[in-house]
This record gives sequence, C-alpha cells and structure tokens, in this order.
Amino acid sequence: MGYQFDFSMVIKILPVLWRGVIVTLELWAACLAIGLILGFFIALMRVSPAAPLRFLGRAFVEIFRNIPALIQLIWFFYAFPILIGAQLTPFTAAVLGISLNTAAFSAEIYRSGIQSIERGQWEGAMAIGMSRVATFRRVILPQVFRRMLPAFTNRAVEVAKVTSLASVLSVHELMYQGRLLSSTYYRPLEILTTVGIVYLVMIYPMTWTSAALERRMRRKA
Amino acid sequence: MNDTTPTDAPILRCEGLRKSFGNLEVLKGIDLDVKRGDRIAIIGGSGSGKSTFLRCLNFMEQPTGGKVILDGERIGTPRTGRDGSETVTYRERDLMSVRKRVGMVFQQFNLFPHMSTIENVMEGLVTVLRQSKSAARTRAAEQLDRVGLGDKLDVYPSRLSGGQQQRVAIARALAMDPEVLLFDEPTSSLDPELVGEVLRTILALAEDGRTMLLVTHELGFAYRFATHVIYLYDGVVHETGTAEQVFRNPQKEKTRAFIARSSEFSL
Repeated sequence: MGYQFDFSMVIKILPVLWRGVIVTLELWAACLAIGLILGFFIALMRVSPAAPLRFLGRAFVEIFRNIPALIQLIWFFYAFPILIGAQLTPFTAAVLGISLNTAAFSAEIYRSGIQSIERGQWEGAMAIGMSRVATFRRVILPQVFRRMLPAFTNRAVEVAKVTSLASVLSVHELMYQGRLLSSTYYRPLEILTTVGIVYLVMIYPMTWTSAALERRMRRKA
Repeated sequence: MNDTTPTDAPILRCEGLRKSFGNLEVLKGIDLDVKRGDRIAIIGGSGSGKSTFLRCLNFMEQPTGGKVILDGERIGTPRTGRDGSETVTYRERDLMSVRKRVGMVFQQFNLFPHMSTIENVMEGLVTVLRQSKSAARTRAAEQLDRVGLGDKLDVYPSRLSGGQQQRVAIARALAMDPEVLLFDEPTSSLDPELVGEVLRTILALAEDGRTMLLVTHELGFAYRFATHVIYLYDGVVHETGTAEQVFRNPQKEKTRAFIARSSEFSL
C-alpha cells in the first residue's frame, strides 16, 4: 500500500470542526432532553391501567423504535411539511426525528425499570398511607433512575452518534463539516479519523461521569 | 381517640369478609372483632388464607365481599345493584386514611433501599402526616431508639442484618402511631438466630398495650404474644378463643392436629 497519511491540515480544519462540535452538542442536548422527558410520559402510558393509553404508548414505541432513524429524519424534513403545510428548518426536522426515536427507546428503559421494582416497595409505601402518586415519586422513581442509569448512559451515547445522521439534511454539525472538509482537502481518511477522535473526546466525559455516579450510588446503598 | 366510644367497642371489625383471586375463593366469610389492646394471633396452615385475611384489613388486598369497619365507620362505598347484590368501591383517599391508622409490618420488610434508616422512618411522617423535617427526624430517632437501633440512623438498609431491617420496618410503622398494627409473618424470612430480636421487639410493644394482629408460624411465640387466637382453615375461622383455650384445650380435631405439630404443644 502506497498511501501516505498526511495529518498536516488538521490544525487548519480545527476551527471548522469546532463549529460542528457546537451544533452537534446542541442537537445532542435538545434530542436527549426532549427524548428523556417525552419517553417518561410514554412509559407512564405504557404502564397505565387504561387500555387505550397503553395501546397508544405501545404504538408510539413500536413505530419510532422499528423504523430507521435516518428514514425518520428524511421523513420529517421532506414528508411532514407536506402534511402540515409548513417547511421545517433542517435543524428542527433533525431534532424532531432524533427526539422521537430517543423517546421510544427511553420509554422502554423507564418501563422496564418501573416494572423491575418489586411489588413490596409499593406495598411498603402504601402501608404507611402514601398515595400511589407519592409512592411513585418518592419511592419507585428514584430507584428506577438508579437501576437504569447504565441503560440511560448507553442511550445518551447512542444519541450523540445518531446526531451525525443530521448531516444528510445539511445540518452543519460535526459529521457534515467532516464530509465537507473531506471533499475540500481530498483527505477523507485523515479527516474522518480526526472527526472520529473528536466524537470520542466529546462523548467519553459523559460515560466517565455516569460511571462515577454509579460508583457513588453503590457506596451509599 | 373518640371519647364517645365505649372502651369495649371494637376498634376494628369485619363481617362476612370474602376474597377471591379469579375463581379461587381464599376467604369464605370471616367475622372478627378487635378491641383496643387486643393481641390476636392468626394461625393456620399454608393456603389457609391467613396472610390474605390480614392484608384485607389494611386493603393491601381489596376484599371481594363483606364489611370492614374501623372505629365504627364502614370502609368503602357500597352500592346495591339491580339484582340486590352489593358491590363496594374503595376510593384511594379512604384507603389512605385507613392505612394511616392501621399499620403493617411485612415478611420481606419492604424498606426503601435508597433511603437511610432514619429516612425510611421519616418518610411517612413527612409525606403523609406533613410533619416538618426536624419534627419527623426527632420522632423517627425516638422510634429507632425504641427498637434498639439508635446507633444506626444514617445506615442504609443493605448494611443491616435481616433482624435489624425488620426492626427498622417496625419503627417505620410505629412512627405513624397506628391504632392497630398488623404483622404479616414478621420472622419468616429471617435466619433462625435473628428471629429472637424481632420477637422481643414485638413483645415489648405488647407491654405498651398496643392493639396488634399477627400472622405467624411460630406457635410458641403466638402463645406468649396473644390474648386471642384465630385458627383459620380453608378460608374460614375454624376455631377461636383465648390463647390458653386454643393452645391448651383446642375443641376441634383439626385445630388439635395443627397445634400438635409444634413441639411446644405436642403433649
């Protein structure tokens, strides 16, 4: 193989990549926040005593979990505007697609977490006169968060990487900048390697924090 | 306490209590009067319905028939159907107020693992009785001291032995100052060497005159603990009487056979 790696332009492209990092972080934060919050309410529907709510929750999860995120993004950018009669910005369409996808997955994390808490915890709280709502809030949920922290961390990492799909809608995030620079410098291997490292550096602190949090909770309980 | 209630009126009463799970009828009509200061041991073989019966008294299970009357007041809203049959609806608010007054200690303790010992005991005081944190803390510490765990306030349940966990659970129930306290096989999941400390804690409550109902397999303990004994067989009260009567002079054959299985009463 005669290919000579040449990383000399990396310094030059860093400012452009940095702009991409900012957009990626914005996408990540927005999709994760919306996904986790919406997913929580979807999970409540999934465990609701009312059958119609359970059905709706289930339908949401199956649709947004089983259709590729890439198709959801493209659909929200090109097809959804036809239905609502208004064009979305690429960023909004990306946030919408990735958030709903994230909501479907996190709903399942919440649901399995809620259902994994022993019945005795409900009984222990209700036996001292606590309402179902208070029991859920004070006793069940805190245990769900603890128990499901590794699963939520996985999801957060996954979402960070899924934001790269937004590049197909020309959202100027990290992946988009990488592809643009590749065709400018004709050095796609070096540039994609650099972009990969930037993703790693961006995501790793989050997994590290989560692991530290897990260790701290283990010490406590 | 209500001054107009005569002291011998039952604090807790049930009439014709029934409970089915699907097609399986577990309780087939149970009557019971609990007076203030009574200590009632509920004994019986596996599947006799004794735990289910106890759990109906604070509505951990909802009865499918009959009445539960707490301090003269019927729990639930009865409605008579067109065919004359009665259905009772239990609103959550009603059940919450019953559970404030009728406490329960479980076989599996059911402590909250994410809360320290004292937080476990404070929880009901703060969220249910709306006490301030500092008042709750003082009261919780008193209750834990009473069950011999005054030095474990900030320890998490996973660091305690089974016997200690059960004593925390007793303190948690006691903190609410319930008028009736229910024990559902409180020593069944404990290692044998830890049973004693829990039984001693329960006996100490008896000296305070607390009204208690206890489901247990420990017949020797039931005998020492109880003023009255109920022997359940196949979902009905088969024999009842004072502890002395039921344990020393059982009238029915099945009761006699059941009691004879325990070495302490085999003669």
